[in-house]
Amino acid sequence: MLEKMIFGRYVPGNSFVHRLDPRSKLLFIFLFIIAVFLANNTMTYGLLLAFTLLVIFISRIRLYFLFNGLKPILFLIVFTLLMHFLFTKEGAVLLDLKIFKIYEEGVRQGIFISIRFLVLVLMTTVLTLTTSPISITDGMETLLNPLKRVKLPVHELALMMSIALRFIPTLMDETDKILKAQLARGSDLTSGTIKERIRAVVPLLVPLFVSAFKRAEDLAIAMEVRGYRGGEGRTRYRQLNWQGRDTLVIIIFIVLVAALFWLRGGS
Amino acid sequence: MKEILSLDHVSYTYESEDGESRKAIDDVSFTVWDGEWIAIVGHNGSGKSTLAKMMIGLLFPEEGSVNVFLEKLDAENIWDIRSRIGIVFQNPDNQFVGSTVQDDVAFALENNGVPFEQMVPRVHESLAQVNMAGFLDHEPHHLSGGQKQRVAIAGALAMQPKLLILDEATSMLDPQGRDEVIKVVDDLKRTTGLTVISITHDLEEVLLADKVIVMNDGKLMLTGKPEEIFAHGEELEAIGLDLPFASRLSRYLRQAGVEIQGEHTTEEELVNELWTSHFNK
Repeated sequence: MLEKMIFGRYVPGNSFVHRLDPRSKLLFIFLFIIAVFLANNTMTYGLLLAFTLLVIFISRIRLYFLFNGLKPILFLIVFTLLMHFLFTKEGAVLLDLKIFKIYEEGVRQGIFISIRFLVLVLMTTVLTLTTSPISITDGMETLLNPLKRVKLPVHELALMMSIALRFIPTLMDETDKILKAQLARGSDLTSGTIKERIRAVVPLLVPLFVSAFKRAEDLAIAMEVRGYRGGEGRTRYRQLNWQGRDTLVIIIFIVLVAALFWLRGGS
Repeated sequence: MKEILSLDHVSYTYESEDGESRKAIDDVSFTVWDGEWIAIVGHNGSGKSTLAKMMIGLLFPEEGSVNVFLEKLDAENIWDIRSRIGIVFQNPDNQFVGSTVQDDVAFALENNGVPFEQMVPRVHESLAQVNMAGFLDHEPHHLSGGQKQRVAIAGALAMQPKLLILDEATSMLDPQGRDEVIKVVDDLKRTTGLTVISITHDLEEVLLADKVIVMNDGKLMLTGKPEEIFAHGEELEAIGLDLPFASRLSRYLRQAGVEIQGEHTTEEELVNELWTSHFNK
């Protein structure tokens, strides 16, 4: 089940979207999320959906792969759609099924909200699919750099995040090992009442925590002897360079927002 | 010859929880010269890991002094000295900081403020030195233990250190990984004249050393060339250390009444003596 989930996974590639600077991508996504709320009629929602599909096309992510991975979220979208069909009671009646009636406004709003949701999920997924976690952390660090003025430990946060990401597979392996060791000792995780199952997880978590702390200590020593003294006076191995295409992304965003304002119906 | 590191009457005591104090290091002195390969051996709790921690300034001695590159190690010069020493620890996973091989090798360079233009060639160079040049973008969980340790060595080499300390760096590896690591260090030492201190209980590593230091109960028990050390077979076994197969066999042969002239640490030497032994009579 976990293998199928693509939310938050990175798929290496070489498309236009892949090669963008993480800063322009992050900035774009952040602003795009806000801009999505500008849409309020068929034209604007249509524009957003078309734009998102275009981005997916440019990123060369296969649609089948994308939708297959987002199935659990698609279910949520269909659910919202149905809720609107059932509970919004405005406008003309479209369908009278005796037990309940479906109204025009309900269908409209349901579709709009679903598109909004779908567009947000698709765009953020495209971001994580086309950008390696390390680039995302790098991009975040540089984008948040101005916040250092207000004493936000930007470098430390970014380092914490990258170390956390680096240790996920290591701790997964470890969990697997402990699980097998406990199973070999006769621990039963798959049957019994919920309470019993929760209790069976404890012997799994305790060794995992103990070893994680041990690892943290070793890692701290290894970092110290390699001269780590916090962000001051540090240089960076990963250089971000803002190129023409990144400026283009920002221009595209401005054009998109202008178009949204233009097509937006008066409210 | 230039002095690289020296310990001068160093002592260190650990406070244990029940208030009892135990001397982990008791009046130890020795000197390491430029280009030497030193092996420090001893069973668990003999104080050999405490020695490593003092050489890199993670612990400071209570008595005596640790001198690195002719400077007394203290809180002032510790970062400068650390930047000139490479150290590789036991657990391959727990010292891998970067998310890919090249990020990890660059970590010490970033910390020490090396400009970007110099970083790239240095990362590539040091990875080539440990035969890991083709692994730039590999993630740690796709590497074997031996490969991770070689990356750790590359990370140390990137700072172009004069001294490399291996703190049981091969003890968690499979035989193949261990051979890879030992071979890399051996090649490095021969091509670049790097000074190596390896804290170990692997006999193969001990045999490669120019000088062996045997630690027992926080005290320096013996120092000498590997073959001199292994001549003290029984004393070593008494403090819980293994002997190479050839040394053990020659001792048993002697006990059985076979005359053996020299001390042999490798099987080849022993076989050579045995098959020519008849001529010597």
